[in-house]
Amino acid sequence: MAIDFLYPQYEVARNYDRCISCRACERQCANEVHFYDPEFQKMMADESKCVNCHRCVSLCPTRALKIVKTDHTFKENANWTGKAISEVYRQAGSGGVLLSSMGNPEPYPIYWDKILINASQVTNPSIDPLREPMETRTFLGKKPGKIERDANGKLVPNLSPQLALNVPVMFSAMSYGSISYNAHESLARAACALGTFYNTGEGGLHADFYQYGAHTIVQVASGRFGVHQDYLEAGAAIEIKMGQGAKPGIGGHLPGLKVGPDISKTRMIPEGTDAISPAPHHDIYSIEDLRQLVFSLKEATGYKKPVMVKIAAVHNVAAIASGVARSGADVICIDGYRGGTGAAPTRIRDNVGIPIELALAAVDQRLRDEGIRDQVSIVVGGSIRNAADLVKAIALGADACYIATSALLALGCHLCRSCHAGKCNWGIATQRPDLVKRLNPDIGSQRLINLVTAWDHELKEMMGGMGINSIEALRGNRLMLRGIGLNDRELSILGIRHAGE
Amino acid sequence: MTTVQAGLTYYKQVNEDIRAVADSEITVENVLGQRYIGCGSADKKITIRGTPGNGLGQYLNGSTLEVFGNAQEAVGDTMNDGDIIIHGNVGDACGYGMRGGRIFIQGDCGYRGGIHMKAYQDHFPVVVIGGKAGSFLGEYQAGGLILVLGLGQDGAYPASNFCGTGMHGGKIVLRCDKAPGGLPPQVLVRAALADDLDEIAPYITAYCGFFGGDPAALQAQQYYVLTPNPAAGYKQLYTYED
Repeated sequence: MAIDFLYPQYEVARNYDRCISCRACERQCANEVHFYDPEFQKMMADESKCVNCHRCVSLCPTRALKIVKTDHTFKENANWTGKAISEVYRQAGSGGVLLSSMGNPEPYPIYWDKILINASQVTNPSIDPLREPMETRTFLGKKPGKIERDANGKLVPNLSPQLALNVPVMFSAMSYGSISYNAHESLARAACALGTFYNTGEGGLHADFYQYGAHTIVQVASGRFGVHQDYLEAGAAIEIKMGQGAKPGIGGHLPGLKVGPDISKTRMIPEGTDAISPAPHHDIYSIEDLRQLVFSLKEATGYKKPVMVKIAAVHNVAAIASGVARSGADVICIDGYRGGTGAAPTRIRDNVGIPIELALAAVDQRLRDEGIRDQVSIVVGGSIRNAADLVKAIALGADACYIATSALLALGCHLCRSCHAGKCNWGIATQRPDLVKRLNPDIGSQRLINLVTAWDHELKEMMGGMGINSIEALRGNRLMLRGIGLNDRELSILGIRHAGE
Repeated sequence: MTTVQAGLTYYKQVNEDIRAVADSEITVENVLGQRYIGCGSADKKITIRGTPGNGLGQYLNGSTLEVFGNAQEAVGDTMNDGDIIIHGNVGDACGYGMRGGRIFIQGDCGYRGGIHMKAYQDHFPVVVIGGKAGSFLGEYQAGGLILVLGLGQDGAYPASNFCGTGMHGGKIVLRCDKAPGGLPPQVLVRAALADDLDEIAPYITAYCGFFGGDPAALQAQQYYVLTPNPAAGYKQLYTYED
């Protein structure tokens, strides 16, 4: 219908002086934007199908292509923007819930960018990490409140199981199903090489990847996909997923169409059936119930593995985290509202939850105030974009960070936010074999190693600049941070002073 | 056969004691609410006397657990394989996310029995409830079989509110005289056919084997079958930028 017509958001700009009609763009585009017109003997494009993923642009041998935002416009209106109008048309036409992928793209404040990092001058000299030892090794898990000795004065080993990270960065949960086999292999191999961990997400662990178990965090979510004894024993730690930053209060739904033979085996559900993760765990209505699940997992694995609990950053996150810390969990993972997703209702992604910066500061402070900060480690994600965000997060109180969007970018993701379509041209968020094979795990894992290694160098450089040579001395060291352009309330929640103070 | 005394010992120690037993047959006596008995175990036959606590046989991987008494919440949660036999009633969320094995309950089952059950290859989970079931029986069911025998119910509907809400696979079979009404839109109801009766027959026989009763007489009663309604699935719910 004419009223449902929406002008394409992007235009394919092809420089015909350069185009040699090699048709590479046509072969590369799973969205079928490009085609050769034999009558006019030239390449044409149906830009209405374009998701702006840059696959064609990146592979055009003559650099004949670029994708531009259309200048077609509705009448200017600061309130009824083109996006707001288009969404009404789309819903009026379909009756459907708006669905989107990856993290919240809306222009909310990014507190990382309003925080500045300190450096030493004159007193407390800075340290050159290239010459002097610099410790970024991090241990996640409950720390004993006191040293215990037996009757003979010998130390009683009372340390709970710990995860040892060579760098305070882990790859956060992305299920096999939401991302491809090759993407998982890249993450697993990179985690092993870096001495850190990747996370299976809630889709189970593929048989081929049990070999990376020592660097794997296995997830248990409400749907319990692929959860069985061998799976629990395979991982170095177990994460209970209570929430996700991109869609707090919402479950997951992998359509049956995407449940092929391999996904079926890994999730342990029949081929072609919908994989539904309900929003709540139906056996968890309280912290006591959560404690029951935590300890069931500890019982099942002989108290040898840390149990992590992942929650979304929501309004009462500090009180919730305090409860989680008392549930017996060894690590609390907090996911901010900018965290990514393979698919989430747009209204929830863009309007529910709070920034991770504020959530982290509030949780760390609350746990300190209650004297239970040592009972849990804090891991934050959603979204950590670079080493500066990482330094700021640690100084605000995080033990380590989770990255996923950054990791996918390293693998070639161009943030076109169309994961839900399952036609990822970069071989990441797809199960189509012809697309998956575009992502080479040899290259992918190396790029992840490069990224995290580079961040580790930068982390050390910034620590050195502050005269700090161990990550413990940075953790929760909010004196190393200053706010810029923040009001008193924001500064007080972040627990930092304004620049110049 | 080795006997472990539970008594007032904390569950962590009781379970350590059970795990330390080399014998494949174990009896745990005087159980007073200790949690997670048999959790994740694969090759034991554990007899439990008393009242086991929450999470009995959670992640069970092939063992047989037989309880002479009632059980509490989360029996057989995320169970993969094995048998759990309860000579009594069970609490809420029994068989949550269960993928394989069988749970036989002589009496009644609390809320949210068999929710999110799923079948997979040769894994086919079965929950048999002798008496009646609480609300949300088979919620989000994705596979397997839930059989409610309705003993002592005089032919009345033996489940409760919201039975099969969000069901998208598997089957619920209820023994009752009339087709249940007021079920959620995701559920289709029909009288049991010969195939359905053949399917439940071995479980009725097994039930009577554990708890007594005449399988032939039970088999001859009226049953109704609940299956997912393909027309009420989650399709057409979404719209997005092409």
